[in-house]
Amino acid sequence: MVVHGFVSRQEPAPDTHSYWVFLGGLLAVSLVLSVIQRWSLGLRQWMRDTCPIVAAAVVLLTLWALITSGFRWLPLPYFPSPAGILQSMISDRELLFDSTWHSLLLLLGGYTLGVGFALITGVCIGWFAHARYWGMPVLKVLGPIPATAWIPLAMVLSPSPTLSSIGLIALSVWFPVTMLTISGISNTRASYLDVARTLGAGQGYLIFRVAVPAAMPSIFVGLFMGLGTSFLTLIVAETVGVKSGLGWYLSWAQGWAEYGKVFAALLIMSAFFSTIITALFKVRDRVLGWQKGVIKW
Amino acid sequence: MVTTATPGAESESASLRARAVTKSFPAPENAAVRTLALSDVSLAVEAGEFVSVIGPSGCGKSTLLRLMAGLETLDAGELLVGNGLITGPSAERGLVFQDPNLFPWLTVRGNIQAGLIARGVLHAKRGEVDDFMRLVGLEGFANAYPHHLSGGMAQRVALARALINHPTVLLMDEPLGALDSFTRMKMQDEVLRLWQMRRMTTLLVTHDIEEAIYMSDRIVIMTPRPGRIDKTISVTLERPRQRNSPELLRLRSAILEHLHFAPAMHPT
Repeated sequence: MVVHGFVSRQEPAPDTHSYWVFLGGLLAVSLVLSVIQRWSLGLRQWMRDTCPIVAAAVVLLTLWALITSGFRWLPLPYFPSPAGILQSMISDRELLFDSTWHSLLLLLGGYTLGVGFALITGVCIGWFAHARYWGMPVLKVLGPIPATAWIPLAMVLSPSPTLSSIGLIALSVWFPVTMLTISGISNTRASYLDVARTLGAGQGYLIFRVAVPAAMPSIFVGLFMGLGTSFLTLIVAETVGVKSGLGWYLSWAQGWAEYGKVFAALLIMSAFFSTIITALFKVRDRVLGWQKGVIKW
Repeated sequence: MVTTATPGAESESASLRARAVTKSFPAPENAAVRTLALSDVSLAVEAGEFVSVIGPSGCGKSTLLRLMAGLETLDAGELLVGNGLITGPSAERGLVFQDPNLFPWLTVRGNIQAGLIARGVLHAKRGEVDDFMRLVGLEGFANAYPHHLSGGMAQRVALARALINHPTVLLMDEPLGALDSFTRMKMQDEVLRLWQMRRMTTLLVTHDIEEAIYMSDRIVIMTPRPGRIDKTISVTLERPRQRNSPELLRLRSAILEHLHFAPAMHPT
């Protein structure tokens, strides 16, 4: 009953060995799970939740295989079959792994740097009237420029393309996180601050134990927005500057018209970015767990 | 007053005095025009005394409390705790609002110990957190978040949070105003019990005349525009008081008459 979705993947006639292995593995796993679920209630529940979506994915994969290698409706070099993509993924695995690793380093470096600076500037501008007076105009002038527009300048100014890319990613993260930190801090309910003052709180307590926690929901909106723009900046920076990473791999594969590799890179990018977003969601769930029950979670 | 070893039983209370206090606020639409909120208000609350301030809304009773808490600055006059001038907020003057204003990101325990952290004494006084949770009957809720609490429970947390600093003065701004009448009566007894145990000087702002009579040693009636003190009434009824005692009801109709909410029943 639970596995009926998996059966539909038999029609395609994959012409390569690894795709056979992949489909066979999928079938084997689903069969094994469908047997085990008889004894495990938790597993059955999980499968009931996930099976429809997995089945839909398999159907899509099958359709894709039919359109490409089955009927050859799409022009071939640009739209390879799933089997072809898997093949190029496996044959180029070392380079892909290396590219992903470099992208990860660049992204984490830039993101951490950007968030760090953004929290400092955001808290200062949000809390201190002087910092707001001088900081807001700077933010309004520099903030709206897309980070990628700085690329020509960054290439000239920075000693290495890696550093300039990290700087650009940091810049792209800095703006949204700063803006939303400021708005979160200045929206702190005055009564929370009043209460804290009558409890004997000093400036440090008011900032770090009242204003910052109160601003956290808003800060996380900024963190998610910053993550989105950092992906974009990462890929653009790698395409034009750094000679490694997924963005570079993408344009390199395109240069050789190896579209199997292009799609392989896109797939990995999707998995890579959504893993990072999921990780940020996990962090949010921990930090903002107190909001459960206050808002529609 | 015989108390067992309860938290804060040894705390000293201090008198609270307002001398010719005047306070005005800029009008919302025109900052040049200032509305007089308090005019020449003088009031003395003895150490350990329980005084209620009643009056219609707009009579400046909340403003007076915020001034005493040090959250506002006054235009003229002076405010003293003991012999010290009030210049700003301090942990020696606890404040409880109508909205409990619990920090939603902290648990019950986190909220109660906030004052200890703010004063940097959490390490030395961590044990008191449990004492105060027991004192307000919230032992089982240490790890609950504020939005899981009922209104009465949340206000208990707010009380414990204010009391853990051992304030010499407790200021309350309609703390029970948002509660249903059953919870409110229960909480009145609760507040009285805490006051009798700790004897902190207490100033309660309320719009509930029965509450003021039931709880306080003295009642201060204020009139609006500008806020001034109209009359002070001593409540000499013995404690514990009966809510339905004839003396209490007589006092109530006297105050209602004074405020022109009831016709004079005993014309003189």
